[in-house]
Amino acid sequence: MNRLSPAIAAEAPPYDVERVRADFPVLSRVVHERKGKPGRPLVYLDSGASAQKPRQVIDAMVRFMEEDYANIHRGVHVLSQRATDAFEGVRDKVAAFLNAPSRDTIVFTGNATDAINLVAATYGRAFLEAGDEVVLSIMEHHANIVPWQLLQAEKGIVLKVVPVDDDGVLDMDAYAALLGPRTKLVAMTHCSNVLGTVTPARQIVRLARERGIPVLLDGSQAVVHGRVDVQDLDVDFYVFTAHKLYGPTGLGVLYAKYEHLKRMPPYRGGGDMIQSVSFSGTTFKEPPMRFEAGTPPIVEGIGLGAAIDYVEALGRDAIALHEHDLLNYATQQLSQIDGLRIIGTAPGKAAIISFTVEGVHPHDLGTVVDQYGVAVRVGQHCAEPLMDRFGIGSTARASFALYNTRAEVDALVDSVRAVKEFFGA
Amino acid sequence: MMDELRELYQEVILDHGKNPRNLRHPADANREARGENPMCGDKFTVYLTVNDAGLVEDCAFEGRGCAISTASASMMTELVRGKTQDEARTLFHTFHDLCTKDEEHHHDHGPVDEDTMEKLMVLSGVRQFPVRVKCATLAWHAMNAAIAGEAKASSE
Repeated sequence: MNRLSPAIAAEAPPYDVERVRADFPVLSRVVHERKGKPGRPLVYLDSGASAQKPRQVIDAMVRFMEEDYANIHRGVHVLSQRATDAFEGVRDKVAAFLNAPSRDTIVFTGNATDAINLVAATYGRAFLEAGDEVVLSIMEHHANIVPWQLLQAEKGIVLKVVPVDDDGVLDMDAYAALLGPRTKLVAMTHCSNVLGTVTPARQIVRLARERGIPVLLDGSQAVVHGRVDVQDLDVDFYVFTAHKLYGPTGLGVLYAKYEHLKRMPPYRGGGDMIQSVSFSGTTFKEPPMRFEAGTPPIVEGIGLGAAIDYVEALGRDAIALHEHDLLNYATQQLSQIDGLRIIGTAPGKAAIISFTVEGVHPHDLGTVVDQYGVAVRVGQHCAEPLMDRFGIGSTARASFALYNTRAEVDALVDSVRAVKEFFGA
Repeated sequence: MMDELRELYQEVILDHGKNPRNLRHPADANREARGENPMCGDKFTVYLTVNDAGLVEDCAFEGRGCAISTASASMMTELVRGKTQDEARTLFHTFHDLCTKDEEHHHDHGPVDEDTMEKLMVLSGVRQFPVRVKCATLAWHAMNAAIAGEAKASSE
């Protein structure tokens, strides 16, 4: 994820957030309507968990089902051809989105978790041995911890964990020191879903590359908040999920260097991934098809294509600028609340703010602000080791997206003040 | 403030949430079980001192959670104390029904006195907030597990 240059910032046209909001049907709804009560406008600050969908994505999926739907890679009939072209066209779109060198480096998976499991179950199982080390960070999502723990139980690999400082900045000295002769893979987040910390991906890869170690980056949050160029990063594996990028659920993406894909054994067995099947021996297709057994999420693929088009039309730099403004404003406003502590203050962080309020448990906070229409996530955010690192059980988290506004930040701040008053904190 | 919130966070709950009773580890406790809510990471340990006649002489807990789970644990210790194990189990099942089921699906798990029932009703305001039911029942699951001689319980 590249930082914005001031030149881009100065040239950017004004960002019309109200026009953007009009594209998202759910954003105009009211929540908690009850008899005789008007309810509250929805203030959706949980896009880090899953983003809302624009009309363009919804319409593309509906239109596809109404007009062009059929199974892909199979039929000679017209709809199957059209569906195949549309779905495979999305592979090109994703490749361009990540600036991948070729469409054949893009594997569709069930979600980002599935993509990491794919790498652990194929690359990991085939090429890692007992005593080999995988380096991760303390701020990984459980999705980038547990697959490696499963491999640990199966093969006896060793997990090494890079710490963060009190701001949530990755300790690069510790990272460099952990890279050793037994290190066979680095698996690291590109942007923390809790702290918003953007990790120095290029440096992470360079240090590993000098030692011949491949790197996997979990880009689930990073692709949403900035531009990602897998060739510039020189990263070996990059994963993300469609539903956080304003696309549908049920579809994730694995980018991998073709040299790795070529060597990796199949993930799941079934139709579509085979060259020829017989009881005396089955042969498999070349990547990426080798890793896509069975009918894929075709409609969801169409949705992801529309989501990428949507984001590109708005402009990823323009979106990043808008979110940056929200992050700054929210940080400033929330910081004025007594007893509120922001967890994650790394420079250059993405628009994600985790916080605690003294004397109020995050779950109580979440329930109360919800009554004001404000949707935040509370809990451990699938990052229990990180919670332990900061000595907290859980946090509340506001995550900002391309459709949020300063007025919504104000609504959050007002609702948090109401929480404090309610609990006398 | 909205009525729904007042319904959930009644004064008595805010009080017990802030100043939990029996927040300690009794030296003579002979049963204990941990309760864990994986959704938020809250953890409680419930301690019971059960005498030879099966009477719960003392009930206490350790751990901190949200206002709902803390208040529920605190009120539970007061309700369970002096009850027999069977009566404590009855309370657990009665409370569980109150929090999770519509009235027509409530079972008769045994007699519960009026005063106790009133307190259970206060806690069961959580019924209107389905995601918070696990908070309210966490310590109760642990208590029930302790009586059954199990070391762990989850409100999942």
